[in-house]
This record gives sequence, structure tokens and C-alpha cells, in this order.
Amino acid sequence: MKKTVVTVVGRDSVGIIAKVCTYLANNSVNILDISQTIVDGFFNMMMIVDVAGFSKDFTTLSHELEQIGEEMGCIIKAQREDIFDKMHRI
Amino acid sequence: MISIYEVLETNDMIEKENLDVRTITLGISLLECIDSDLGRLNEKIYNRITTVAKDLVPTGKAIEKEFGIPVVNKRISVTPVSLLGAAACKTPEDFVTIAQTLDNAAKAAGVNFIGGYSALVSKGMTWSDELMIRSIPKALATTNYVCSSVNLGSTKTGLNMDAVKLMGGIVLDTAKETADRDSIGCAKLVVFCNAPDDNPFMAGAFHGVTEADAVINVGVSGPGVMRKALESVHGTDFGTLCEKVKKTAFKITRVGQLVAREASKRMNIPFGIIDLSLAPTPAVGDSIADIFEEMGLERAGAPGTTAALALLNDQVKKGGVMASSYVGGLSGAFIPVSEDQGMINAVEDGALSLEKLEAMTCVCSVGLDMIAIPGDTKPSTISGIIADEMAIGMVNQKTTAARLIPVIGKGVGETVEFGGLLGHAPVMPVNQFDCSSFINRGGRIPAPIHSFKN
Repeated sequence: MKKTVVTVVGRDSVGIIAKVCTYLANNSVNILDISQTIVDGFFNMMMIVDVAGFSKDFTTLSHELEQIGEEMGCIIKAQREDIFDKMHRI
Repeated sequence: MISIYEVLETNDMIEKENLDVRTITLGISLLECIDSDLGRLNEKIYNRITTVAKDLVPTGKAIEKEFGIPVVNKRISVTPVSLLGAAACKTPEDFVTIAQTLDNAAKAAGVNFIGGYSALVSKGMTWSDELMIRSIPKALATTNYVCSSVNLGSTKTGLNMDAVKLMGGIVLDTAKETADRDSIGCAKLVVFCNAPDDNPFMAGAFHGVTEADAVINVGVSGPGVMRKALESVHGTDFGTLCEKVKKTAFKITRVGQLVAREASKRMNIPFGIIDLSLAPTPAVGDSIADIFEEMGLERAGAPGTTAALALLNDQVKKGGVMASSYVGGLSGAFIPVSEDQGMINAVEDGALSLEKLEAMTCVCSVGLDMIAIPGDTKPSTISGIIADEMAIGMVNQKTTAARLIPVIGKGVGETVEFGGLLGHAPVMPVNQFDCSSFINRGGRIPAPIHSFKN
């Protein structure tokens, strides 16, 4: 299992989660956990996903999610979970 | 499982507080390239570097993309060139051809800098060491990527004062050779006492002879993250302050460790060390001086600055060593003037002098770094400043360095612009009293008594 963290930051609008989830489902990416919060008036969502079934490379995933973000007026990033795990867990 | 707040904290560090991995430096041994024929030597050097380093930049970029952390620089360090050229070089010009080969190889590999145009002369200079040192001004003037360093002393050997004297003139000649570009050659030339073999940071990186064929060393950064973290302990006691520095250094270093391990695995080259340094950049907020201000000093250079730096340096190491099994290089806090907007402000406001900077180098990770001085400074005075700095390193059993830039045609109060990561610097006044009779004595300063630990 290769865990990846997808974050969405931007102004709240209808259909953000739906759009991201549709993309992930169409590409066989399984969502393991999802949470959201509002910080300084901005919508923040985080998903932990498993990209083991994703057939394209990581750069493509990252790029395509970025593009969806641009269309929706928010910033979407995909990062390997290790960076957060290493920083916050001993 | 990771929480959304932890994810947001990490991404805020990257996006708002300039957290980055400052450099992945690939150390390459070139000892196998040694040849008595200069043409063949240059050919072998070029081929070896471009072969070993071919995946360095793509790997760095891939890691950057996958983990979402900028890897600012990809660099190469090589075996000290004075050793490589000893059999083939008969003149300083012969050594310059090696510098040009390194430059071409660095360009082909797509890296920002290549270090190792170096000589290790802490006790004595061989004939080829001296030829190589004399070639430095021309080498740095005719190349773009090459960085040069000379180790002038150590706690074990004492100080090679003949080399200290020679380097005063070499620094000035390097400035003159690049006078049309604000003497930028000197920004790529550093002298050391107790130079480490595994330093990933420029201009002093070289691949020591104690190292393996190739090795990945990583330098982390993060002054902006540290300053932001300290905001949350504003006005608390020193125990609380130190705890915060340690925890933050741990987080920063763990990211460096992750990147180093990934790069090592992907390139199939052993991981060497993490250099735990807080390395500032000219970006607003990414400053060591700003950390001092957050600690409670009006400006860097105010009374208390040396204590603040000592505390910072020590706690960064204590937090960092917990995060990585292999730490090395310079590790601590860098205090370059030109690369740190807060330090520049402190100099311009009259809070920070060359003498205070010298005092601070007793407790920082390196030394007098990126300091612009008047272009008419005498070579013996430059040697005197170098000797003082080297003595601090020798006696305190630590690495010290001096990267001084005598800016030809400029005097105190004027500003010099280097651009990019090198930033800009106000020209600082230098003590005008003469030290030439001291420097001209020649010979060696013996190793201090506490070096005899056998």
C-alpha cells in the first residue's frame, strides 16, 4: 500500500469533494480517511489515499489534481505520506 | 494516522515559512582519475562526474514533486583538486584547465555548483598545493559553477601561517580578477580551519579522501520555520525556549533525513550525513537575525547576541541528532551577512560590526561568512582577519571559516549586489591598524596544548 496525502485548500464551493472523489474513483485510488476544517475562512480538506491501484506515475497524479484545483479555484496537492509521518512521529 | 492539523503544519512550514531542503550534494571521489597526462586527466574527470551524477538533478526534482518539499540546490563535491593535479600540473595554468573541466561537467550535470577546487594545507604546502592555490583567482574568474576552499589549519596541526599569508593575497587577486562583477569570485572562495570531509554546503564542500567512491550528503535549512515556532513561546523562560528550538530542529531534520534516504535509494549511492544547519536566504523572514529578534534582541549584534547564537546552535544540534543517525558537515547556525536580510539590516543600522561577528563565530557553526570589505584593504590585513578566525577554530576544536569579499572600487557604506541566494551586502569597515610584520613572520603556529589527547 502506498499512502498519499491529498490536500485541498481554497474558498468553499459546491462540489469540490465530489469532483476530487470522482477523479480518484475513476483512477482506482482508494480513499482511506477524509477530514476537513476551516482555517482563517479557508476550506481545508485532507484525504489519505492508497495509490497502489493507480496505473500512471505519481507526477501525473499530482499534475492532474493540480489542474482540477485550478478549474475549481483552489489548490490541490498530492504528497507522499512519509513526509508527514517522519516529521510528526518518532 | 496523520491528522489534518499535522498536515497543515507541515505545508505551512513549506509554503509560508520557507522550509526547504537546501541541498543534495553528491560527493564523488576522483582519485581514480589521476594521470600524469593533463589531457587524459581532464577527460577522465569529465567522464567520471557526468556518469556518476547523471541522475542527480532528475532525482532531486522527482523527490521535490512527490513529497512537496523544495530541494533548492543539487550540487557536486569532488576530491580536492590539488591532489588530482599533483602528477600532471606543472603551472597554475595547468590547474585552471581542471577548473574549466569541472565547470563543464557541472553544466552538463545541470547542478548549481561544484565544490572541491581545494587544497588541504593545514600543516604544510606541497609544490602542487601552492600551484593550485595560485591558480584560484584565474580559475574562479573563468568559471561559473566552481567553488574553491583551502584548509589552513586544524586543532591537531596548528596554523600554517605561510598559507594564511598567501591566501590574503589570493583573496585580493580573486577580487581583482572579477572586479567587473563586484568581485563575485570571492563569494566562491572560502578558507577553513578544521574543514570537515563531508560538508554539503558551498563554497566549502569537497569530497574528503576519507570518503567512499560516491556519497549523498544533504543540507537542511529552516530559519523561517524556527522564527515562526519561537513566536509561540514569546516571553517564556530559557528552558521553554530551548525545548521549542529542539523540537523544531527535530522536525526540520527528519525531512532532510527522508530526502537523503530517498535520494540514496533511488541513485543507489550510499547516504553519508545530514548537515543540520540553519541556512538563511535573502527571502524576508528566512533569517537567523530575525530569530535573535524573536528571542528578544532589538537587532542582531546587540549585547546578548553571542549568548543567543550559542543557545540556538546547541539546541539545533540536540534536536537534530535525535532525528538522524548520521550527522556531520558543519551543523549549527550559519551567520552569513549578505545572504540574510536581517543581518544586512543590522549592519546598515550600525548594530553589527566585523568584531562582533568574529565573537559570534566562537559559538556558531562556521565563521565570518559573505562579508564585504573595502576593495583597498591590504592583503596582510585580510591575512590577519583570516588568522584570527582560524585561531578561534583551532583553539575551540571547531570548524571555522572566512569568506571575505574585498569589493574592488567600493568603500564603506556602499552596497554590493550578488543576486540570487548570495544576496547583497553593505561594505563593512575594517580595523585600519597594521599587522603586516606579524603576518610576514612566516612558519607555523603550533597546535594548542589540548590537542594532545593521545
